[in-house]
Amino acid sequence: MEDIIISVAQRTLVAGTPLLLGTIGEVICERSGILNLGVEGVMSVGAVTAFIITFVTGNPWFGLVAAIVAASLISVIHAFASITLQASQVVSGLALTMLGLGISGLVGKPYIGKPLTIKMQNWAIPVLSDIPIVGPILFDRSPFFYMAIVLAALAWFTLEYTRLGITIRSAGENPMATETQGINVYRVRYWCVIIGGAFSGMAGAHLSTSYSKSWIEGMTAGRGWIVIALTIFALWNPMRAIIGAFLFGGIFVIQYLLQPLGISPNFLAMLPYISTLFVLFIGALRDSRKMNAPAMLAEPYRRGER
Amino acid sequence: MLKLKVTDRIDVLPRHSLLSLVFSLAAGLLAISVIFLFSGVNPLYAIFKIFSGSFGSLYGLKETVTKAIPLILIGGGLAVAFRAKFWNIGAESQLLMGAIFGTWVGLNWGPHLPWPVIVPLMFLAGFVGGAIWGLIPAILKIKFSINEVISTLMLNYICNEFVKILIVGPWRGKTKHGFPYTDDLPLSATLSVLPGSRIHYATLIVAVVTVILLGIAIYKTRFGYEVRVIGENPDAARYSGIDFFKTTLIIMVISGGMAGLAGVGEAAGIHHYLSYPESISSGYGYTAIIVAWLAKLNPLYVILSALFFAGILVGGDAIQISLGLPAATVQVFNGTLLVFLIMGDFFLKNRVALQWDLKRN
Repeated sequence: MEDIIISVAQRTLVAGTPLLLGTIGEVICERSGILNLGVEGVMSVGAVTAFIITFVTGNPWFGLVAAIVAASLISVIHAFASITLQASQVVSGLALTMLGLGISGLVGKPYIGKPLTIKMQNWAIPVLSDIPIVGPILFDRSPFFYMAIVLAALAWFTLEYTRLGITIRSAGENPMATETQGINVYRVRYWCVIIGGAFSGMAGAHLSTSYSKSWIEGMTAGRGWIVIALTIFALWNPMRAIIGAFLFGGIFVIQYLLQPLGISPNFLAMLPYISTLFVLFIGALRDSRKMNAPAMLAEPYRRGER
Repeated sequence: MLKLKVTDRIDVLPRHSLLSLVFSLAAGLLAISVIFLFSGVNPLYAIFKIFSGSFGSLYGLKETVTKAIPLILIGGGLAVAFRAKFWNIGAESQLLMGAIFGTWVGLNWGPHLPWPVIVPLMFLAGFVGGAIWGLIPAILKIKFSINEVISTLMLNYICNEFVKILIVGPWRGKTKHGFPYTDDLPLSATLSVLPGSRIHYATLIVAVVTVILLGIAIYKTRFGYEVRVIGENPDAARYSGIDFFKTTLIIMVISGGMAGLAGVGEAAGIHHYLSYPESISSGYGYTAIIVAWLAKLNPLYVILSALFFAGILVGGDAIQISLGLPAATVQVFNGTLLVFLIMGDFFLKNRVALQWDLKRN
């Protein structure tokens, strides 16, 4: 029994990690006022880049760095279209998703069916990992897990309590007033989109070099879209994102737990997506004034307009 | 100092639209060439292969028209939805629902009824199926302010699995030796094709007629006016007393229903049974998003832009075979073209000029 609990908890944390990383990035991006629907594509680019670089160099850390760089670069497309050109952020994000999924499929084709010989090793934290039950669950995880938790706390602290955080939030709440304070709203938003992309890249790297050791087309399997829903569920707060991400991690794991009971595997595969709708539905029942959504989210802002 | 000066373009003439379109497509093809180059493919050869594969032979042309049928239907419906800024990304599963409903009618009633009765019934059922599936996100958006991009996408994933449940479970065909397909539709419930092709002309006629009707509806009726106001100025729409809920419901009945019609066309015209979702649709619901965008959300232009993207789908199949490229190549094509179409819109809305700025040294 103890083994089952440990194994389920471990797998929940593993499945939730990419969701958490992606959600932190999307929170930062949306707080600055830009909706990025390209997460699915950017995550996929991150996954394929991390895989290829790890495959070639034999070092998953190089893979991670490359994934962050590639994902940040491709996110610039969305930043340029939605900030500089004031295009519809919905359409631009969709274009980024198509492009990202397409490029990763094209580049990754030769690597399908070639598993990595090395993957991101778990870090067992001395002493703490020896605690019964809690130790193996929380303190013997992949570096991605620790990074996700630390970055969530860091992003939360930065957004809530630092000058930089206020700048980012005000760019999303009232870009015109922000501009009058001498802040370059375009630059703030550019960086937030790029950083958001970097987080999606990390999430992708986790999928292909830690969660599994292989690349297959479409391996992001809608996680990018779940991330966007989780951003709303988390009320644009990185700390709440932790709860949401691991809740969904649990839903991914439940599929494998319930399968032996004779429930249709296709029905179980629906669960994460049904849960996403359910979570949004619950969110909608809350008082919308307490929702905390950035006021100017997805509204194109043009410098010098009234 | 030489500076870029951006001002609003007040007079958008047809030649501006055409120029921005041509430049967007040209720039898009150039960018695609760069991507090809980096993946070790000769871009000129690949692009030549794509267009010669789709428009360069009679066989290619027939296939292009075949694949344009669902794109015209779905693209026309999406043009209406996108005009009202309802971002329906769920056409893929609205198509599948149409295929499910249509197949059910065909399998159960087909053996007892002649084709002039059963075929219209199947289309009707498909329309209803797609419309119901399209109404869910509309209600979720208006009544619960749930973002329709996410809800329609989640419904895509859910419907995908639902189709699989049907074909491996209760609907698995007795004549299919355990394969996960339904039985074949009876002959009266299949659509006939033009000789020597896969063009199921009944659906093609339905598609062309409906987008023409939609074009008229958008520009000449009160409903079309409401759709445009909701999209362009929601505040004005609210003050002028337009019923958001009602109009959105109608929009999604049209958009979902037309995708449903496309689903009946694919099931009854091409496959003749229900099988895996990927083989029923091959991403028409997503491609149609760009079809609608290239058509500038005008249902009439959708016919042309559907033919163009159907050509890319057919040509994409051709280079998969001849150059060994993955299916994702088509997505690269589509994504890149969409990016450049958006950028082209900027030059349509704004005048961009290089100017000597004397004041700032």
